Amino acid sequence: MNSVAVIGAGHGGVAIAGMLRQRGYRERIDLYGAETNHPYHRPPLSKKFAQDPLPQWLRPQAFYAEQGIGLRLGERVTSIDPGTGAIETGGLAGRYEHIVLATGARPRRLPLPGAELSGVLHLRTVDDALALRAQVGAGQRLVVIGGGYVGLEVAIAAREQLTEVVVLEREPRVLNRVASKQLSEFVTGFHRAQGVVIREKADVVEVVGRDGRVRSVRLADGTTVPCDAVLIGVGAVPREELAVAAGLRCDAGIVVDGAARTSAARILAVGDATRRPVGRRGDMLRLESIPSANEQASQAAATILGEPARAEHEVPWFWSDQADVKIKIAGVLSGDVVSSVVRGNAEARRFSVFHLDNADTVVAVESVSAPADFMAGKSLIARRTRVDPTRLADQRTSLRDIVPAALSRANQKRAYADHHL
Amino acid sequence: MPIITYELPNGTAREVDVPIGQSVMDGAVRNNLPGVVAECGGSCSCATCHVHVVSGGDQFADVTPEERDLLDFLEGVAPSSRLSCQLIVTDACDGVRIAVADNEH
Repeated sequence: MNSVAVIGAGHGGVAIAGMLRQRGYRERIDLYGAETNHPYHRPPLSKKFAQDPLPQWLRPQAFYAEQGIGLRLGERVTSIDPGTGAIETGGLAGRYEHIVLATGARPRRLPLPGAELSGVLHLRTVDDALALRAQVGAGQRLVVIGGGYVGLEVAIAAREQLTEVVVLEREPRVLNRVASKQLSEFVTGFHRAQGVVIREKADVVEVVGRDGRVRSVRLADGTTVPCDAVLIGVGAVPREELAVAAGLRCDAGIVVDGAARTSAARILAVGDATRRPVGRRGDMLRLESIPSANEQASQAAATILGEPARAEHEVPWFWSDQADVKIKIAGVLSGDVVSSVVRGNAEARRFSVFHLDNADTVVAVESVSAPADFMAGKSLIARRTRVDPTRLADQRTSLRDIVPAALSRANQKRAYADHHL
Repeated sequence: MPIITYELPNGTAREVDVPIGQSVMDGAVRNNLPGVVAECGGSCSCATCHVHVVSGGDQFADVTPEERDLLDFLEGVAPSSRLSCQLIVTDACDGVRIAVADNEH
């Protein structure tokens, strides 16, 4: 009998379960989650961990029963069988026609002496966020190891609670691998203006404690930073264990195609656990974002329902809210980028950086509290519109003059077909 | 509770009780209506909750500059366009009619 098991009740898992019902799937859907909490929004964990309500439910608790989705909380799946579709959670939990892996990722650990001391934290779950909440406030000193988005979001949120915060970034700049120099520079300046201490090329070699509790961290240059708690935010590792054990192809992530299919016929995968083809070249990337998980959930739903893959062009995007600064990024900063155009005013905290290839096509846009630039950028990326960099940089030229007016849907499809087929 | 009517992309219509204080987006999400994706969870960040207000639009607060900026470059935007996360339901909203845009891309 046709049936679906979704393993993992985070954003990707809830999205695929809900989308199947939206699109008319009437067979059994069971959604397995290892945590006992109802499924919740993950972005507030790094941005709003100090405020209630936490967690914020992804759907009202009654949603799952109302939609006929079997919610199996606190049930950790221990193995999956691609041959029979059997799922075990300590014993046989069920047999399914389709299995969707939505297991997400776990925080990367650092092999530091002292990392096991009390007060050394990682952030992925709501329990982690509540532990972090207990470590912020006036008089508290927090060290954040890692100047990525999660570390920076936590740093600014902790600072808003009057915590003394020190961010220790190993590379020469924060957001080294994921943002442009212009964006890194802006974010660093903004944090420092709020009183966050950011130290670059700061390599932590030891966490030092007393009586089992952290007291400071020591850097490679010999200096120490005293603290009451440490958040380690150095990235996430895909949870691919079930896939590996089942013999699926993995490569620092469960490998899937543009229809969310793994190397095993009945098993699909979505979200932070996967590596998938992105963009025209189909570069194999692990995108850790909610829009990406939603896109894959849509692909997986189409596959299960036997619908053709949608021909529309996806533009990956991502957001990071830090205090009242709203960063939105569309596209992927790749080796294609040869030039950048800044539009707006970094001092006014309202600007964007458009990244162009050698044909003056927009490949990516990073926007800071500039939603129009972000939306225009997304459109330019999708349509591969050639732009005039001088006009793009000039705020006296309206974006509306640079981005063609929205086409009717019939004309969009025609334009896409003409261009791509 | 006010009843909001949602006209869906497939041509059907659903009448939904939406509690006062919740948004038109919330009403769509809790009932799993197709078309409203709500990627940013309602924080006016993404424009995937785009709807067209068919009738009763004056019951809602005016478009904010941030909402305007997100709407202006949206595919399929029209004068009736709003982000449904910004449409907060009051007791004057009974009978409001909303057409859901297809937001999945």
